[in-house]
Amino acid sequence: MNIAIPIFPGSNCDHDTEHVFGTVLGAKVSSVWHKETSIGTPDMVIIPGGFSYGDYLRTGAIARFSPIMESIQAFAQKGGPVIGICNGFQILLEAGLLPGVMLHNENLRFICKSIHLKVEAGNRSRFTQGLDPEDTFKVPISHGEGNYRIDDEGLKSLEDHQQIVFRYVNELGDLDPKANVNGSTAAIAGICNRQGNVLGLMPHPERAAEPQLGNTDGRQLLDAFLQAVDITV
Amino acid sequence: MFQASVHVTLRPSILDPKGKASEQALHQLGLTAIQDVRIGKLITMNVEAATEEEAQKKVEEACQKLLANDVMEDVEIEMKRVAHDTSQ
Repeated sequence: MNIAIPIFPGSNCDHDTEHVFGTVLGAKVSSVWHKETSIGTPDMVIIPGGFSYGDYLRTGAIARFSPIMESIQAFAQKGGPVIGICNGFQILLEAGLLPGVMLHNENLRFICKSIHLKVEAGNRSRFTQGLDPEDTFKVPISHGEGNYRIDDEGLKSLEDHQQIVFRYVNELGDLDPKANVNGSTAAIAGICNRQGNVLGLMPHPERAAEPQLGNTDGRQLLDAFLQAVDITV
Repeated sequence: MFQASVHVTLRPSILDPKGKASEQALHQLGLTAIQDVRIGKLITMNVEAATEEEAQKKVEEACQKLLANDVMEDVEIEMKRVAHDTSQ
């Protein structure tokens, strides 16, 4: 399994992502500086979290025009698996690979804490088929702008095409306005494109993938992502 | 040469948490007559163009491609003609 990780000025989860996918999960990872024009021939691309270009203008807005993005867009359009975590999700939104926008968290605060997630039953993402929709996963979030917004028509389209992949739930696994900490539309924490090969999520499973960190729920998600790609590569 | 001022604001249907928080603070200061506070961005730029129409087109393209996200933001452009060398 070859994984390419593009790095933008201001990416800051690239080392974590490399460490977890490479050392912990045993994939072959290569980081690619944003000025490169080719992502190479990976089996999967992971866009890491951080604050690309200092979040200037809008989160992800400038990274989307980095030279490497054209190659990632072409890879995604050919059906290549692409996952954006946190700022990576924001970049995928700005690049138009996923629908919707991110606003400031409703409470205006940067939120860094563990939250609970559920995988949406029957969703179209190719990455989550090995996960049980009954399970609740505890995974950290760390963002100031994770308030996912989409208009009613867009939300209906996401629902009609089973593109909602993760929702924020409480620790019992139930939808709860209090658990939707950033105020996202329909408590959305992650979505995929219609083809299911592009996934964006705000939570950081790579920060909860080792027993030393006190939580390995994230690893279950990452294992499922890798298995899904392994089967189809 | 033209000078453009681009005002980018969140669309009315989009919640503006910064505006809301500022409004609450203003109310706490006793300025209760102030309502509907919205916070946006002002982006200024010089544009090399022969006519105002051409300059307008270029700025609109810049807004559409990068400066604003039309899913959540509205844009107002103000344009004025300026002398070629603005540094003196």
